[in-house]
Amino acid sequence: MGVQLSSTENERVWAETQASPEFQELKRKFRGFAFPLTAAFLVWYFLYVILTAFAREWVAQPVIGNINIAFVLGTLQFVSTFLIMWLYERHSSKNLDGRSEALRDKVDRELAK
Amino acid sequence: MNSTTLSAILFVAFVAFTLVLVFRAGRSNKKSSDFYDGGGSFSGFQNGLAIAGDYMSAASFLGIAGTIALFGYDGFLYSIGFLVAWLVALLLVAEPLRNSGRFTMGDVLAFRMKQRPVRGAAATSTLVVSIFYLMAQMVGAGALVSLLLGISDPAAKNWIIGGVGILMIIYVTVGGMKGTTYVQIVKAFLLMIGAILLTVMVLWKFGFNISDLLGAARDSSGKEHFLEPGLKFGKDIVDATTGAIDPVKTLISKLDLISLGMALVLGTAGLPHILIRFYTVPTAKAARKSVNWAIGNIGAFYLMTIALGFGAAALVSRTTLFRGYKVDADGCLMDAKGVAIADGDVACTTLDHVKDLSAGAKALLVPVDPSGNVAAPQLAQFLGGGEGTTGGAVMLAVIGAIAFATILAVVAGLTLASSSSFAHDLYANVIKRGTASPEQEVRVAKISAIVIGGISIVLAIGAQGLNVAFLVAIAFAIAASGNLPAVLYSLFWKKFNTRGAVWSIYGGLASAVTLLIFSPNVSGLATSLIPYVEGGVRFDFFPLANPGLVSIPLGFLFGFLGTITSNERNTAKYAELEVRSMTGAAIGKAVQH
Repeated sequence: MGVQLSSTENERVWAETQASPEFQELKRKFRGFAFPLTAAFLVWYFLYVILTAFAREWVAQPVIGNINIAFVLGTLQFVSTFLIMWLYERHSSKNLDGRSEALRDKVDRELAK
Repeated sequence: MNSTTLSAILFVAFVAFTLVLVFRAGRSNKKSSDFYDGGGSFSGFQNGLAIAGDYMSAASFLGIAGTIALFGYDGFLYSIGFLVAWLVALLLVAEPLRNSGRFTMGDVLAFRMKQRPVRGAAATSTLVVSIFYLMAQMVGAGALVSLLLGISDPAAKNWIIGGVGILMIIYVTVGGMKGTTYVQIVKAFLLMIGAILLTVMVLWKFGFNISDLLGAARDSSGKEHFLEPGLKFGKDIVDATTGAIDPVKTLISKLDLISLGMALVLGTAGLPHILIRFYTVPTAKAARKSVNWAIGNIGAFYLMTIALGFGAAALVSRTTLFRGYKVDADGCLMDAKGVAIADGDVACTTLDHVKDLSAGAKALLVPVDPSGNVAAPQLAQFLGGGEGTTGGAVMLAVIGAIAFATILAVVAGLTLASSSSFAHDLYANVIKRGTASPEQEVRVAKISAIVIGGISIVLAIGAQGLNVAFLVAIAFAIAASGNLPAVLYSLFWKKFNTRGAVWSIYGGLASAVTLLIFSPNVSGLATSLIPYVEGGVRFDFFPLANPGLVSIPLGFLFGFLGTITSNERNTAKYAELEVRSMTGAAIGKAVQH
C-alpha cells in the first residue's frame, strides 16, 4: 500500500475532501435523490398495506374479469419497484458515478503521496 | 422408476455437482481473506444471481406458493414485501456498505466506534438472526425431503436434518465465500428454470388468461373471498357470544398485518447474510448492478408465485393441499365445533368423499397441517400428468430437487455469515483485540462454522413442530429492529457513536425478542408454542404476533437516545467514513485505529 502517512496526514485528506465543494455536490446529488425516493416508496408501500387492511370492500372491486383492485395495486408495487430501480440506475450513471470516481482517484493519489 | 427413486437420484446429482464446484473453489482460494469475500472479484451479474440464490429461501418458494394456494390473495402480500424491501438495500445500503466495510456487517458499524462493544453487539445480533433463519430452513428441509422421499419415520427425518447440516458445513469450510457463491448461482438458475416451467404450464392450461386462472382458483377453493385480502391476515374477528364484529380485536388483527408488512420491507437490508454479499464485488457500482440483477430475478420470481399459488389452488384438490381435514371418531368430516358436517341428506361424509361436498359444506371443513408447504411440488406432479404417471413422477422429483437445492444454498449463506462474524468481529477484534493473524482468523471461522452448523442441527431437530414462516418472520423482525437502525445511523448520521450503536442493536434485538415471548406465538392460543388449555398458563400480554410495528421504532429510538446521552463524537472518523462510503477511496484497506 505504498508509503504510510501518519494518521494525522490521512485525517487531513479525509477532512479536506469532505469539506470540498466537489464532495458536497456529490453528497447533495446522492441524498437529494435517494432520500426523497426512499420516503416515496415507503409511503406508497404502506399505503398499499393499509388499504389491504382497512379498505377491504374497495380493493375487492373487480377491474377486469376476476382481477380486482387489490391485484392491480399489488402488481403496481412490482412496477414501481422496477421503475425506481431504473430511475436510480440512470441517475447514478449520469450524475454520481463520474463524480465519485474522480474524487476516489484524487483521494487515493493524495493518500499515496 | 417412481418419483422417490428419481428424487433421490436428482438430489445426489445436485449434491455431487455442487461438491465438485465447492472443492474446486476451495483449491483456488489463495489469500486467507478469500474465505470472507471470495476474492472480491465477482461481477455484478454473478453476484446478482448469488444474491437471488441467497435470498429466495424455502419460505419464498414453498411458503408463499403454499400460503397463496390455501389463503389466496394474502400470500401475495409476502411476495410484495420481500421484493419492495430491496429498494432499501439499493438506495441506502449496498453501495456505501461495499465502500466502507470489508468482511462483515460489524466492519461498518464499528468503523468510527470503540471496536470491542460494537463488534460484540454486531456479532450477537448476526448470530441470533442467522440461527433463527437457519432453524427455519432446516426444519423446512426435514419436512420437504421426508415428504418427497416418502419418509415419515422421525429418526429418518433427524438424519435428513443432520445431513443438510453436514453438507452446509462442508460447503462453507471447504469453499468459503467463493464456493458458497457458486452453489447460490447454480441454485438461482435452477429455481428460475423450475418456476418458469411451472408458470408456463399453468398459464397454458388457462389459455394464458390470468382472470380465468384466478376464477378457477376461487371456485375450487370454495371461498367466495379467495381473491381478496383478509383470509389469513387482518381478519375481521367475530365475537363468539354476540356474533358481531369485535372492533378492538379486529383492529389488533389489522395492526398485526401492518406490523408484518413493516418487518418484511425493513428486514432485508438488515440481514447479515445478505449484507456480506455486497463485499464479493470490487466496486460500489458493481454492488449496485448486483442489486439491480437481484431485483430483476427476485421480482420475476415473486410475480410467478401468483401462477404457482393460484395454479395450485385451481388444479390441486384441497384435500391434497391440506393433506387432510379433521374427522371425528366415526371418520366423519367435522366442523370447527367438532360436529359432523351434514350436507343435505348426507349426515356423514368420509375423507375419501370430500370432493362430493357442496360448496357450503366445504366452507365448514377444518384443515389439518395447514402449512401448504408442499403445494408447489404437488402442482408440479399434477402438471406432469398426476399421481402414478411417469410425467408426474418426473415433475415432482425435479421440483422437489430444486426446493432442496434452494434450502442448501440459503443455509450455506447463513452459516458463512455467522461464522465470518464470529471469527472477524468476536474472535479477532473482541477476544484477541486485533492481534490475530489472518490465518488464525480463518481457522476460527471454519471451526465456528462447524460449531454453528452443529448447534443448528440440534435446534432444528428440537424445533420440528414449529411453523417455518414464524421462524423466518422472527428473523426479519430482529434484523429490522436490531440491525437496520444501526446500519442506517452509521452510514448517515454524523453524531452517531458507540453508545448509540450498542443501544440500538441490543435494544432493538431485546425489544423484538421480548415482545415475541409475550406474544400469542408463545402462549395463550391453542396453536401457540405452549398450547393454551382452559385454566392453563398464559402470558400473552402483547397482542400482536409480529413485533415489528413496536420493536423497529424502538430500535431507532434506542439508537437516538444512546447517541445523544453520550458525549463521544468522532468527527474525524466520520469524515473518513463519509468520503470512503461515497467515493470508494482506499477500498478494501483496513481501517486504522
